[in-house]
Amino acid sequence: MAESPVFRIAGLAKSFGSNEVLRGISLELRAGEVTALLGANGAGKSTLVKIMSGVYQADSGEMTLGERPFAPATPAEAMRAGVVTVHQNIDDGVVGSLDVATNLVLDRLSGKGASIFFNPRRVRRTALEVAGRMGLDLDLTADVTELPLADRQMVAIARAMAHEPKVMILDEPTSSLSAHEAARLFELIDRLRARGVAILYISHRMSDIRRLADRIVSLRDGQIVGLFESRPLDYEGAVNAMLGRTLRQGSVVSQAATHPIFRAEGLQLVPGARPFSLTLGAGEVVAVTGLVGVGKTRLAEMLFGIHRPVAGTMELAGSPYTPRNPADAIRQGVFLVAKDRARTGIVPDFNIYQNMSLPFLPRFSPLSLINRRAERAAAKEQIGSLRIVCRSERDDLATLSGGNQQKVMVARWLSQPSRMLILDEPFQGVDIAARHDIAAKLRESAADRATLIFLTELDEALETADRILVMSEHTIVGEHRNAQIDMDRLLAEVAGAGRPTLSEVPAHG
Amino acid sequence: MDSGMAQEPPASLEGREAARAGLSPREIVIRYGFLLLLAGLIVFFSLATRGFASPQAAVFILQSVSITGILALGVTATLVVGGFDLSIGSIATSAMMAAAYAMVVMEQNALVAVLICLAIGALVGLINGLIICYMRVPDLLATLGMMFLLIGLQRIPTEGRSIAAGMTLPDGSTAEGTFSPAFLALGRHRFDVIIPDLVPSSVVVLIVLAVVIWFFLEYTRFGRMMYAVGSNPRAAEFAGAPVKAYKIWAYVISGVFASIGGILLAARLGRGDIASGNNLLLDAVAAALIGFAVLGAAKPNAFGTAVGALFVGVLLQGLTMMNVPYYTQDFIKGAVLVIALVFTFSLLGRNGR
Repeated sequence: MAESPVFRIAGLAKSFGSNEVLRGISLELRAGEVTALLGANGAGKSTLVKIMSGVYQADSGEMTLGERPFAPATPAEAMRAGVVTVHQNIDDGVVGSLDVATNLVLDRLSGKGASIFFNPRRVRRTALEVAGRMGLDLDLTADVTELPLADRQMVAIARAMAHEPKVMILDEPTSSLSAHEAARLFELIDRLRARGVAILYISHRMSDIRRLADRIVSLRDGQIVGLFESRPLDYEGAVNAMLGRTLRQGSVVSQAATHPIFRAEGLQLVPGARPFSLTLGAGEVVAVTGLVGVGKTRLAEMLFGIHRPVAGTMELAGSPYTPRNPADAIRQGVFLVAKDRARTGIVPDFNIYQNMSLPFLPRFSPLSLINRRAERAAAKEQIGSLRIVCRSERDDLATLSGGNQQKVMVARWLSQPSRMLILDEPFQGVDIAARHDIAAKLRESAADRATLIFLTELDEALETADRILVMSEHTIVGEHRNAQIDMDRLLAEVAGAGRPTLSEVPAHG
Repeated sequence: MDSGMAQEPPASLEGREAARAGLSPREIVIRYGFLLLLAGLIVFFSLATRGFASPQAAVFILQSVSITGILALGVTATLVVGGFDLSIGSIATSAMMAAAYAMVVMEQNALVAVLICLAIGALVGLINGLIICYMRVPDLLATLGMMFLLIGLQRIPTEGRSIAAGMTLPDGSTAEGTFSPAFLALGRHRFDVIIPDLVPSSVVVLIVLAVVIWFFLEYTRFGRMMYAVGSNPRAAEFAGAPVKAYKIWAYVISGVFASIGGILLAARLGRGDIASGNNLLLDAVAAALIGFAVLGAAKPNAFGTAVGALFVGVLLQGLTMMNVPYYTQDFIKGAVLVIALVFTFSLLGRNGR
């Protein structure tokens, strides 16, 4: 365990334009150890991984592999030197139309000095060798596309192992695996560890980290803010460091709900998850916080009719609520400002007013003929009320800053009265000024509806909500009124320590 | 936050001034380039040839592009929802064969023939839409398959022969029916506009359909939602739009428009000609794609499609009158299409697509 480090990073920095993503990272990886890297979105994890794997070059600082300086110009160079990365997107690591054997030896087939002739027998022999070494029990002749995700992941890792790596980087490898599949992956990682590979394991799943990590490094705002290696590992401390210690309370005057609007009983998000209940009232803003991948988006989209719950009942304003699709939810007054506005919110060919009116077009088009004047007037009102910076309501969305684009999305759903307004990460890629504008508008307009905001950043929840719910492993594990919060308990819940049986509860992606 | 807001208004004023100061040369080229080119071509041909600048020549150009123009307007609807329809040409020829078969073999009247054609167009469009939306077959492949299917299908009833009055049927008897005069009038009647017998009915149909589809896409809720579906289907779904229904409707529109083209083709030829309509698909698609470049739209639009069809018609008619050999026509059409596409996607590539 206490060997000299295989891989050393010293003072690594990287900026994109004026945006400093990494500000002097120093880190050591040791042979036969799993180092878990924790960091919120935008902390700089993926930039760090990309520099280590040769996709980006650092602005300053250096890396050493063994005794030699390591500055790969391309991913292929990093791989040849012995630093191998398995990416989050599994299908980047395998070629779907080829069989397992060919996949396992693909790099040798295409690398330098490879024979130009394809010799199936030799491919099979080499593949058998690779599979045997990795304890991979798979049909080598099967097409990779026919394999379940976990097996594809194993093939990708085994393929990476063909390079005899000294360092292996695993970037959220379990994000699309079931608990059972993840357990098989962990066994494989144990085997790699025993073979003396230094492993950098990136995950948001605390259960993974509890199972695997020998040490934990917390990254925040491009800096290492915590290194935890004394046993027992301080998981809560690591999460706390990752989220930041600057948490402030009391910036909002917590309002109590006037009357209940939404009620859910025995709601189960995914098979195997613990059911939970939820009540939301008019006039209160409720934030749901939790790490990435704990089911926040799943819950938001379920309430909007995109997914069905596994079990449980929902009630909206006293009558049963079972939305079949978004159109159904919207009709009943449940609106969602969806996460990732570029993918699920913005219509790029439309201008501001067309984007705002999209869900409510019937109200602007008697006899199906669109009344553009009314549309533009409604948009102008929202532009004024949310202080959207633009030339006019006819501007293309692409000309707006991220914060103003997000304001347009929020304005879209504020432009008509709702019973329940759901916002999934509404502050992603939004500057502080715009964030304050949006939060203030949400609180100010909340009187007649229930407002539910999904936020990974705890700061944002403390700044916006009357009540904070904590999610972990696809269920709600804690509830706090936003006044004199027991911060230690809240952080423990976020870190998944709320329940002792945690490691036995299956996690679903 | 306050200081940030205080700085914003000047920035937006600057923007407003820039907008008022007019368009940069590049923006003028993007916006009006194709229309200017079209005007230039018309002036050039008017000066270079005798008779180009006459009502008769203008009507002739319109007539030459009327059927491909109608097909192009239909395919525009599928382009709007982010799809594509390669089966339009074969829908048109199938409709033509069906009209001929209905009148010549089944001895039906013009109205029945027209209704059969429209039903075929709608049905094929519906099937295309269902295959694409529910069987998840990519649009190009689904409509390509449908194209082959229809090309084959239209030959089966007559065992591969063209249909004309008095033809011999597969069972050896002679067909008794004829093309009804009312049907033929759809392709041959000319309306008096200033000059007697000037405007053929196919041109009237083209103009009416162009205005209808333009109004439909620009000013109705349905059209707006179709654009939303084409631009970002997921965002449209999250805004409550039944995405699949809009896509299916687009293919139905495309099928119906293609069958109207087929009716006019049958009426013009006066027979069901197995060998006609070979160029319909490519000409129509070219017109719709050229339409992307008109007014800097960078997206499918009815006005652009109409201008695109007109552009090809003007160019070919002018070159013919200047005695450019007929066999260079396809080359010229192809060159115009490539230039228009380069124009659209390189100059207008603002969405990074």
